[in-house]
Amino acid sequence: AKSSRSNTVRQGKLRLQKWYTATAERDKKKMVRELMQVVLARKPKMCSFLEWRDLKIVYKRYASLYFCCAVEEQDNELITLEVIHRFVELLDKYFGSVCELDIIFNFEKAYFILDEFLMGGEIQDTSKKSVLKAIEQADLLQEVCDVHLGLL
Amino acid sequence: MPAPIRLRELIRTIRTARTQAEEREMIQKECAAIRSSFREEDNTYRCRNVAKLLYMHMLGYPAHFGQLECLKLIASQKFTDKRIGYLGAMLLLDERQDVHLLMTNCIKNDLNHSTQYVQGLALCTLGCMGSSEMCRDLAGEVEKLLKTSNSYLRKKAALCAVHVIRKVPELMEMFLPATKNLLSEKNHGVLHTSVVLLTEMCERSPDMLSHFRKVLILVPQLVRILKNLIMSGYSPEHDVSGISDPFLQVRILRLLRILGRSDDDSSEAMNDILAQVATNTETSKNVGNAILYETVLTIMDIKSESGLRVLAINILGRFLLNNDKNIRYVALTSLLKTVQTDHNAVQRHRSTIVDCLKDLDVSIKRRAMELSFALVNGNNIRGMMKELLYFLDSCDPEFKADCASGVFLAAEKYAPSKRWHIDTIMRVLTTAGSYVRDDSVPNLIQLITNSVEMHAYTVQRLYKALLDDISQQPLVQVASWCIGEYGDLLVSGQCEEEEPIQVTEDEVLDVLEGLLVSNLSAPVTRGYSLTAIMKLSTRFSSVNRIKKVVSIYGSSIDVELQQRAVEYNALFKKYDHMRPALLERMPIMEKTATNGPSEIVQTNGETDSTVLDTKHPPTITQPPSQGNDLLDLLGGNDVVPVIQTSLPTKPPSAGGELLDLLGDLSLTGAPPPAPASVPSVPMSQPPFLLDGLSSQPLFNDIGTGIPPMTAYNKNGLKIEFMFERSNPNPNIAVITIHASNSTEADMTDFVFQAAVPKTFQLQLLSPSSNVVPALNQGNVTQVIRVLNPQKQQLRMRIKLTYTYKGSPVQDLAEVNNFPPQSWQ
Repeated sequence: AKSSRSNTVRQGKLRLQKWYTATAERDKKKMVRELMQVVLARKPKMCSFLEWRDLKIVYKRYASLYFCCAVEEQDNELITLEVIHRFVELLDKYFGSVCELDIIFNFEKAYFILDEFLMGGEIQDTSKKSVLKAIEQADLLQEVCDVHLGLL
Repeated sequence: MPAPIRLRELIRTIRTARTQAEEREMIQKECAAIRSSFREEDNTYRCRNVAKLLYMHMLGYPAHFGQLECLKLIASQKFTDKRIGYLGAMLLLDERQDVHLLMTNCIKNDLNHSTQYVQGLALCTLGCMGSSEMCRDLAGEVEKLLKTSNSYLRKKAALCAVHVIRKVPELMEMFLPATKNLLSEKNHGVLHTSVVLLTEMCERSPDMLSHFRKVLILVPQLVRILKNLIMSGYSPEHDVSGISDPFLQVRILRLLRILGRSDDDSSEAMNDILAQVATNTETSKNVGNAILYETVLTIMDIKSESGLRVLAINILGRFLLNNDKNIRYVALTSLLKTVQTDHNAVQRHRSTIVDCLKDLDVSIKRRAMELSFALVNGNNIRGMMKELLYFLDSCDPEFKADCASGVFLAAEKYAPSKRWHIDTIMRVLTTAGSYVRDDSVPNLIQLITNSVEMHAYTVQRLYKALLDDISQQPLVQVASWCIGEYGDLLVSGQCEEEEPIQVTEDEVLDVLEGLLVSNLSAPVTRGYSLTAIMKLSTRFSSVNRIKKVVSIYGSSIDVELQQRAVEYNALFKKYDHMRPALLERMPIMEKTATNGPSEIVQTNGETDSTVLDTKHPPTITQPPSQGNDLLDLLGGNDVVPVIQTSLPTKPPSAGGELLDLLGDLSLTGAPPPAPASVPSVPMSQPPFLLDGLSSQPLFNDIGTGIPPMTAYNKNGLKIEFMFERSNPNPNIAVITIHASNSTEADMTDFVFQAAVPKTFQLQLLSPSSNVVPALNQGNVTQVIRVLNPQKQQLRMRIKLTYTYKGSPVQDLAEVNNFPPQSWQ
């Protein structure tokens, strides 16, 4: 998934967004608004793929959150669903039965996980264990660093 | 100085806001605090402040004042600072702002940091948002890391390299050496990202592709890895629903696709593994189907043997029956791509595809529709059309235009009978009439005109449709046109196909006049209607009624309508003798290229070539004035009814042929001339369109060397022919006639006509005037162009009509004395 972007949306509120192509702030806002409208208008019986502009949107709903990926023409939509699912699994493992509040209050950690899992829209490591281990180690580093200050 | 409020505290606070205004107030307050904290260069809590800023940014508030702070964080030695700093850079900065370049040095240092997690942060940031300049500066560092034995860094370096190559393709070469043993890694992360890197290089550079095929011989390596994945036992670390590392499998399949494309050897080397994956992959879950999907895509794209292709199509066929709509969706998409190349194989799944027309999902319906049209052929036309028409009835408005166009196209290609064809058109017009594309109207008119034996049936059906509903403009336009043409058949009650209806001339005129006044009618429709009424003046006996209507609209506010009415009036008053010929029945028209919906029948970018198989012959519009007479006199068979002209090749306007026929007059869109000046427009001749040549006579250069000749000289009227070769096309002879009058009275209403043998084509342009002044005081000139592709001897019959001292005069003559140079 080359120029993919993922964001997590709830009833029109953005919780995470990641852009892998250089886009102006104003355009990002516009696209997010549009996309939110389109995705929220989808009915349950519809399939997880839709065409939007010149991209394909792959989306999946988990509880109160929609996870959306914009992929290119040649990308495999079915495996993209698996990519989304893998990300949710990582969040779940990390936060322990993840819910929306976890992502709201710990958004920076959600980003860290995302950035350990994907780079430039592609998977860095197909092993769940490996990704989580790296996050764990980095968190440890952060703790050591913050030990006296509880920085964040 | 109290520590700034914690991040989670802020989030909690903001969420208690009950209104947008309250939230904004909180945000503004906090931003002010953060700003002053930045001003004070508070190093300790900088990362806390930036983190808060990032949260507020996500809510939609401006955060640009934090950009520099991110850079300071990145430069800090504290890991927490770097982590937040890099995140902030990725969220707040992009290559459009020059300030991002300040990151370059920090990133360079961090790429060489002693802690791999710091290196990882730098690689990630560079690989997600690095600009071309940054990539150029840091490519060397990335390349170094691509060769490290540390798999954590190596996998990230590979993806970072992918980004560098996308941004600066010329740098691809420098990564080549490092790719040599990427695939011998055991680590799945490195394997996966390496495959992505190799894919990117192969896609971008044919040289690289060739190198990887021939020199590194990637295919066997990839096959081996894939085989191990499939055959190996359960591996908890990479297992997804019983399948080992599906992500890696899919990427390998995709790389194989690129390597096998257009290459027999590579394709053969991967044949077995593809068959294996296709038959052994577990299909109960999405993940297995994802792999199968990628496999099918690969099989269809490489040079696979036919058995494998059939296997692939059958997988797609099974997908179509899957309960999971996502699977059905991808199946339809893939089938659409292969329907041209593997048409027969896809045909076998036609009924399943047609069932998908009833799916609830819009994307699935659309694909099913496109695919259905692609599968229509002479054998299944009746059945398919039934389904598609049913679909047209019930589908969403967004589909109707494309579906209608598709139906017309398919009907045109495969209609089993003319009646079926007309019925199908009727069905579309009556059920989806307002969605039909504008260009369908002229196409349909052409089709109806050419279905001579169906005229009575067609006009009857269209008339009945109008009685029901006049809101759908394309239907109304086609119907008006038909009634104008074939109204006589309608009232005479001749209809072979079905029970003829009884309708009187007045009833028909009522309907047409109703269209004129209805506010459902678009202006274009009114034009059609008025013209139809006019045409009926030669088919019906209620001429006075028609005259009245026409004269009323002479003062219509609608400029188009007014112009038409004024011209028609002029026809009645001054050119009544030409009216019958002008308003005669349309002849068979030659097809112009369809400009219909070839888009939706396209797959793989290939248009269906049969759609565009007709070339651009000029549309022949008719008629010769008093044409029937001329034909008779010329003995019918060996001479072609003459006066043709070519229409300018612009897209048919909504008014279609008719507007064109009645002249370049209405097309100029000039303000309507006052009635008195209308006749000055060349109406002395059936007003055919000029094809761009001016109506000024081409004054012949004596230098062409072809001597002029006298074609006719009788009763004081002399007609001379002057010759010129048409420059671009040596088969065309251009003749300018000069008509002069040596008698003492003017010859008025002068009309010159000509006919040529069948192998020639002749075009007559407008005359300079229709009065040949007495006593040789002036000439009437007119240009004739003769196309003589077979270089046969030119012969011509001419007919002259004029009024002399109040009495009409008519004469015919043969012109056989053409100088040889004019036709050789």
